[in-house]
Amino acid sequence: MNAPGTAGEAVAAPGRFGPYGGRYVPEALVAALDELAEAYAAAQADPSFGAELAALQRDYSGRPTPITEAKRLSEHAGGARILLKREDLNHTGSHKINNVLGQALLTQRIGKSRVIAETGAGQHGVATATAAALMGLSCTVYMGEEDTRRQALNVARMRLLGAEVIPVTTGSRTLKDAINEAFRDWVTNVDTTNYVFGTVAGPHPFPTMVRDFQRVIGDEARAEILERFGRLPDGVVACVGGGSNAIGIFTAFLGDEQVRLLGLEAGGEGIDTGRHAATLTSGSPGVLHGARSYLLQDDNGQTIESHSISAGLDYPGVGPEHAFLRDTGRATYLPVTDDEAMKAFEMLSRTEGIIPAIESAHALAGALELGRELGAQALILVNLSGRGDKDVATASEYFDLAHQTQAEQDLAARAPQEQ
Amino acid sequence: MSALATRLKISGTEGRSALISYLPVGYPSVEASIEAMCATVAGGADVVEIGVPYSDPGMDGPTIQRAVDVAVRAGVGMRDVFRAVEGVAESGAVPVVMSYWNPIERYGVTRFARDLAAAGGAGAITPDLIPDEAEEWIAAADQADLDRVFLVAPSSTEARLTMTTAACRGFVYAASTMGVTGTREAVSSVAPALVARVRAVTRLPVAVGLGVSTGGQAAEVARYADAVIVGSAFVRALLDAPDPAAGVKAVQALAAELAVGVRQQA
Repeated sequence: MNAPGTAGEAVAAPGRFGPYGGRYVPEALVAALDELAEAYAAAQADPSFGAELAALQRDYSGRPTPITEAKRLSEHAGGARILLKREDLNHTGSHKINNVLGQALLTQRIGKSRVIAETGAGQHGVATATAAALMGLSCTVYMGEEDTRRQALNVARMRLLGAEVIPVTTGSRTLKDAINEAFRDWVTNVDTTNYVFGTVAGPHPFPTMVRDFQRVIGDEARAEILERFGRLPDGVVACVGGGSNAIGIFTAFLGDEQVRLLGLEAGGEGIDTGRHAATLTSGSPGVLHGARSYLLQDDNGQTIESHSISAGLDYPGVGPEHAFLRDTGRATYLPVTDDEAMKAFEMLSRTEGIIPAIESAHALAGALELGRELGAQALILVNLSGRGDKDVATASEYFDLAHQTQAEQDLAARAPQEQ
Repeated sequence: MSALATRLKISGTEGRSALISYLPVGYPSVEASIEAMCATVAGGADVVEIGVPYSDPGMDGPTIQRAVDVAVRAGVGMRDVFRAVEGVAESGAVPVVMSYWNPIERYGVTRFARDLAAAGGAGAITPDLIPDEAEEWIAAADQADLDRVFLVAPSSTEARLTMTTAACRGFVYAASTMGVTGTREAVSSVAPALVARVRAVTRLPVAVGLGVSTGGQAAEVARYADAVIVGSAFVRALLDAPDPAAGVKAVQALAAELAVGVRQQA
């Protein structure tokens, strides 16, 4: 097992990944970020914190999550063996709970009574609302108005859990603007409030702290694969929006140089159309949301609005460690279009009886491609970061599922008519 | 020599605080925004803080966001900003740019410093760039003989106040409250304490911003600060105006009220 961040953080300064990361924040937030970093360091050194978190992961969230071999899907992947790390089976339906449980425990240690969060697809918001309910914290979730519409189910879930959901109507009305609004809330209410950040972006200590809380995905998977298959996988594949599930599964394998790390970004309607969220594929270095990384920006340094069928990947920035892994070549990042993702979404549903989140379907599309390249002997680990219940409305519209299929109509016509 | 410090010293010798107005370039249009900036000077502003439009203004409240959003969508960029700098310089006030970091980085840090100096700008205020990350900017500003203004906040520790004020040139920007820009009914009660803490570690002039919108509030802040910064109230005047000409008039009237305030030191 690697020590945390051995290969991904070849730099001296805390929170720096080569030239990326850092803290580009108003001075008013520095004290809170320092407090969080210190509380996190103290928690890491305190065995009782680790024990408490491990107990929650086991008894509340359902860890360890299993690895499912997708045998029928393998036929569509050049015969390569596809192993699904089932983060979709976590309580609340995605990997987001891993990070949230850690940060909620930290909130208690700091002695704050309120948490805020940003959310895109709603998975991080639901996870935060869940942990807040569990620990008796009040909770406000910022969500772009556009996302509250396409992820209405998750809005209802958060409200059921007792959280306030604030639709954000500024800018592009998506995740990027929800993050701006959450930072504004934080700087105003920092005495009582902790910001539970959902991904490996943002100012230090978020990229390292969120990575550490998510690395359990890869740690579990690496150990289980070695035990079950007697060797390391040839490729590890994950979708990348901000990049938390990808960092979570990559980290354990950073030191295994023979293992290919592949991140799939949202190619939206295609890179050529400009309507996508493929930050590492077609963005450039700059500063957004408190850190230096790649982002989608115009010549004036204005953030360009991203587009993806998947709300969770619809983000014009990306975590700084991914920027570093891209530049060093340790990981590769490719775009997957909306259509390719939806094809993989349907394929997994039909071959394995697992409806994935559309976010995770991007990873599946990448894994199928990688399998065809590597061939039948290959072992490919895919992070199935979330389940697709929240996406049923989107899929229903995409595949026109509200109407009878031709086969259903034929069946109905052949059925004996009642008198 | 710092143009900002010099100007703030002059107002100090007149027994008053200086008035710093903020307006973003490009609202309602580039030309009209420059006119409005000059109108604040006609009304009595000593320094104009020229805002660079940015798509993700994390420190700004809804008023400034609304105006800046118009400018961003219109594609306003650094060339327009330098035109505003020239316009303000001609009006007799000291122009200083206020910019989030990414537009400066995208333009090129050295190129920005050089072009800002050439346009007659005194320096830049960087609300999301703390000195910890500012090595390149400090070097470029020094090279171009520009002032660099960093912010301090009520939450800043003594160590950070010392470090941050040591990195400032021109003046120190004291954020009067924990929060974003916007007008408030009462000026924060923590501002005097923050200014006192700043004065304990630096001899630079201290300007107080966030939440000042009336002559009375300006007079209150003028008792303990070297300069009073007013932003959202000017932007609000432009947003509420029926047309650009009325906006310019309203902005000048507000500046005149505030200019009386900074001379009262109530």
